[in-house]
Amino acid sequence: MDSEFLKPEYYRNREDSWISFDERVLSEARDKNIPLFERLKFLSITSSNLDEFFMIRVASLKDMVHAGYTKKDIAGMTASEQIEVILKRVHNLVNVQYSTYNRSILPSLKQQGLEVVAHHENLTKEQGEFVDRYFESNVYPVLTPMAMDSSRPFPLIRNKTLNIGALISKKDDKKGEREFATVQVPSVLPRFIELPKGKNGERAVILLEEVIERNIGSLFLNYDVVCAHPYRIMRNADLTIDEDEAADLLKEIQKQLKKRQWGEVIRLEVEESMDKQLLKILKKEFDIRGDDVFQISGPLDLTFLMKLYGMEGFDHLKTPHYIPQPVPALMDKTDIFEAIREKDILLHHPYMTFDPVVNFVKQAAKDPDVLAIKQTLYRVSGNSPIIAALAQAAENGKQVSVLVELKARFDEENNIVWAKMLEKAGCHVIYGLVGLKTHCKITLVVRREEDGIRRYVHLGTGNYNDSTAKLYTDCGLLTCAEAIGEDATAVFNMLSGYSEPKNWNKLALAPIWLRGRFAELIQRETEHARKGEEARIIAKMNSLCDRDIIALLYEASAAGVKIDLIVRGICCLKTGIPGISENITVRSIVGNFLEHARIFYFHNNGIPEIYMGSADWMPRNLDKRVEILFPVEQEELKEELQKILEIQLEDNVKAHILQPDGSYEKIDKRGKTLICAQDYFCEEAKERVRKPEDPVRDRVFIPEEHVEEN
Amino acid sequence: MAVTLFAAIDVGSYDVEMKIYEFTARKGMKVIDQIRHRIELGKDTYNTGKIGVEKIEELARVLSDFSRIMSGYKVEAYRACATSAIREAENKALLVEYIQRMTGITIESLDNEEQHFLDYKAISFGVPGFYKIIQNGTAIVDVGSGSVQISLFDNDKLVTTQNIRIGNLRIREKIADFTRDTVHLEDMVEELINNELASFKKMYLKDREIKNLVVAGGFVNDLIKKQSVTAEEFGQMYELILHKRPQEIAKEFGVPSESASLILPSVTIYKRLIEEMGAEIIWMPGQDLSDGIAYDYAQKNKFMKTEHEFTEDIIASARNIAKRYQCNKSHIKNLENLALPIFDKIRKVSGLDARDRLLLQIAVILHGCGKYINLANGAECSYSIIIATEIIGLSMRERSIIANVVKYNTLDFNYLDVIHQPGIGQNEYLLIMKLVAILRVANAMDRSHKQKFRSVRLTLKEQELIIAVETDEDITLEKGLFPPKAEFFEEVFHIRPVIRQKRTV
Repeated sequence: MDSEFLKPEYYRNREDSWISFDERVLSEARDKNIPLFERLKFLSITSSNLDEFFMIRVASLKDMVHAGYTKKDIAGMTASEQIEVILKRVHNLVNVQYSTYNRSILPSLKQQGLEVVAHHENLTKEQGEFVDRYFESNVYPVLTPMAMDSSRPFPLIRNKTLNIGALISKKDDKKGEREFATVQVPSVLPRFIELPKGKNGERAVILLEEVIERNIGSLFLNYDVVCAHPYRIMRNADLTIDEDEAADLLKEIQKQLKKRQWGEVIRLEVEESMDKQLLKILKKEFDIRGDDVFQISGPLDLTFLMKLYGMEGFDHLKTPHYIPQPVPALMDKTDIFEAIREKDILLHHPYMTFDPVVNFVKQAAKDPDVLAIKQTLYRVSGNSPIIAALAQAAENGKQVSVLVELKARFDEENNIVWAKMLEKAGCHVIYGLVGLKTHCKITLVVRREEDGIRRYVHLGTGNYNDSTAKLYTDCGLLTCAEAIGEDATAVFNMLSGYSEPKNWNKLALAPIWLRGRFAELIQRETEHARKGEEARIIAKMNSLCDRDIIALLYEASAAGVKIDLIVRGICCLKTGIPGISENITVRSIVGNFLEHARIFYFHNNGIPEIYMGSADWMPRNLDKRVEILFPVEQEELKEELQKILEIQLEDNVKAHILQPDGSYEKIDKRGKTLICAQDYFCEEAKERVRKPEDPVRDRVFIPEEHVEEN
Repeated sequence: MAVTLFAAIDVGSYDVEMKIYEFTARKGMKVIDQIRHRIELGKDTYNTGKIGVEKIEELARVLSDFSRIMSGYKVEAYRACATSAIREAENKALLVEYIQRMTGITIESLDNEEQHFLDYKAISFGVPGFYKIIQNGTAIVDVGSGSVQISLFDNDKLVTTQNIRIGNLRIREKIADFTRDTVHLEDMVEELINNELASFKKMYLKDREIKNLVVAGGFVNDLIKKQSVTAEEFGQMYELILHKRPQEIAKEFGVPSESASLILPSVTIYKRLIEEMGAEIIWMPGQDLSDGIAYDYAQKNKFMKTEHEFTEDIIASARNIAKRYQCNKSHIKNLENLALPIFDKIRKVSGLDARDRLLLQIAVILHGCGKYINLANGAECSYSIIIATEIIGLSMRERSIIANVVKYNTLDFNYLDVIHQPGIGQNEYLLIMKLVAILRVANAMDRSHKQKFRSVRLTLKEQELIIAVETDEDITLEKGLFPPKAEFFEEVFHIRPVIRQKRTV
């Protein structure tokens, strides 16, 4: 690779870029065109995003600093430099979060008849009595106050829990010596309590920590409570397992889960008005200072807003639930295998229902001609119908092999439970390859038919999770193409620890072959551009932060390839660098659904190739995971995918365009027909079901005007 | 037959592989699954003579998994074959029994000849136009882990097949000790090979013109993804990989990384052989033992029609051996015309099958070869020659049967002598006795080696086999020698052979 394209100044730090993403989510929370309760959701998401960001990314940067690791990142920054930049920006982000909460969300809620009582002091007498009763009967019994003095050391404060810290002094102590005490706000109780309705039906809620603060005196009977304030800590919880040494992966993960609460404290959030002495004690005990401490002007941990969203009523302030539509190619079809034999089927979730994927497994479980079902499972829903179907299949005597990825972040506990359940049902459960997370999403059904063995394959961009399939936009392909079936068989053999096949027909797999394949595809466009031919790449993914891929894109752009990227989250590529990236555009769509599909279009001098897959252009996807890139080859489906990309490129409602200065700007909508890609696909899916016989092409959909809401 | 599924398992020296085959009327034979596990059994055998417990455990795990996969596909049948790593292991019997008990899979340890016959079947089935290729001088060369098998063909016929004990794994293990002392490992590899090759060349190659070399095994297919190349192109490829490290080779050619270290030894062996033989075109059909096992299964179950009668190859190579030892060609011909019809006539009552007939025929062809060494002690010498000579397509057991038949054609039958030989059990003993009985009768009828009978007609009448011969010559010698042979025959088959002479005049 030409080093010309590798200069650090051409790259953006990934954490820095991530914060921009959270800002885009936050901008949705601030968008008055969006129904109020939807904005609560977005605000809640910014908060949970930030938690995860600290736990994983900041934590690992801190680890690097501790370890004396001096290697610079893609943008030429050391770990400590990055931390400095990040914390500055996060403080800024948090300020905007809370000004949104205090100045926009709270007043609007009140206007709509829902008051969030910020301080218990503001409760009316009746409300006060109500919460005191609630405290006595529900809260008091589960509280465990803990004090610190010379005989009792500072207690263990658990990661991510909300706590109230207090300074107390003995009632008969003349000197008024203050001691530290703390109590955890119980996570088993709802974070907020709805108060009795007002005279005119107005509703109000109060946060649990306020209720505890109001009654904190009852916890320390022989003491005076000088002050009490909520605080919350975040610990280093990055789960790194040395797989080479773990004799039994499963056990190791279970062990690690217990360890997780013990990590180093990397963030302390406290109420803004916290007493100075109290804050000093916390800082000392948690060994934390400077920008790692966040003084917050509002409730800590805004994720309760997601629960608030779920409150009864207020339906007019929420976007109506979208019901995923049937898949046209499968309507009036009872036999999914027959439908797949007719032609390949493209699935576009959540606009189209996820049912066919579930049915694919369900039907296979019952079909007497099915010999085997093999599937990779990464994150599945709590009560997954897929797991039930797999278990059923095993009981029906099918050979069922399930790859369960235990290394899926934060989901391990959940995964272990159903992995064991599947094993009990007689499934052959495999746990993937040492050192590699299995991230690909593939299902193989082997069926013995009249004329021989036929293999049916589902390949997807998203997890086999029927719940998230209603919220994440993903694509899938159902096919019985022989070449893909052969490859799918080889994939599962490889995942079971057997040797790789001599060659692949259609699929490109990470970690070995995928990077090279992408490089070839990008370089082919570069070659075309150099010859003066039309060259174009459209790529949609979640994150773009692989140095080599970005350098290849710069090279392509410099050669004249027109590149349009749709990157929802992190993007380390910079646009508008003269002579380097002037032909590249980057947009991010943040909407009601989480953009999750990975689609790659290469013009290939007029014979376009379209691929989908499970991998982003990130080093971890290309080098440390098992990922699959698969081509979509049937003409009709290629056109459909191309159209999906085109509509996303035309989006001027939810799209943010990356500017040369690194900021993201929405498109100036004046004088333009509004196109919101997600709404468009919702309507299109409904439309198609109405006229199922109509093919994709030869039809003009009228994009719906975005409705202004207050 | 709608669909038949069959599993072939190849327990090799560096890996264990299972292929699931689908046989359908429309599509013929097709591999639908291929599962390979890397396990260097050969390393144990070649270094210590045995396969270690750890490796056996690993093998058991893999084979249990294979068994599970087979049942998943509901395969109709399977055949698991092992090659030199297990064949040469001292603890072979224990291993086979243990694996059988733990996994339910019976491993069949193939003799070298059986193995290469299957390889050869794979090639002849799998390579379109194979029979055109072998019109000219052709060598099928299989570089295995422990040895190299060379089969020479000319004019459509198998000339000879020889086994040279220089395999890629063997060589890699041998040179491993020297890696610190030299950087020119390729020279050492060549030297090791040359040594072994010299005698082969002198004995068998002579000035035979070998135009084609068919590559069977040794990973060359991974390097050159073509059906055939010229010797020159092959040489270029050799130069290309010569100074690369195994990891680089793996990466560059997309070879499974675990096989990479065996590639250089393999390619060096091929290169030397190409040079020695002066081969011009190198064929790479890319068939392996599993394919051979599957073709064999298909052929036996009549799923597939053979283009070629493989027994002809076996007979042809037996005739070549007979020729080498200057056996009496017309006597053999005459004897075949007597022995085989007798065999056919009594087949129903004898309990013998087509394969036994082939063994009888080979015994007839080779029955006099020992006289080349020692006229007085021909029987013993014939026995030794047959035991020591590989005949492609025959197992070690079958060769041992033939050797005994030949030996006891003239010597008195000795139960203890026979039964104490390795690989000979009760069944083999009975078979030897039956074939000896037939051969003795046939042989007695051409005692003078003069082919006195113009025509022979056989009739089976109750307890008598009437041999009606047409001749004007004096057959006193034959008639006189006949009774003891006839008695033995009767003892074995409960049928008494009787000679009836018809004069033509």
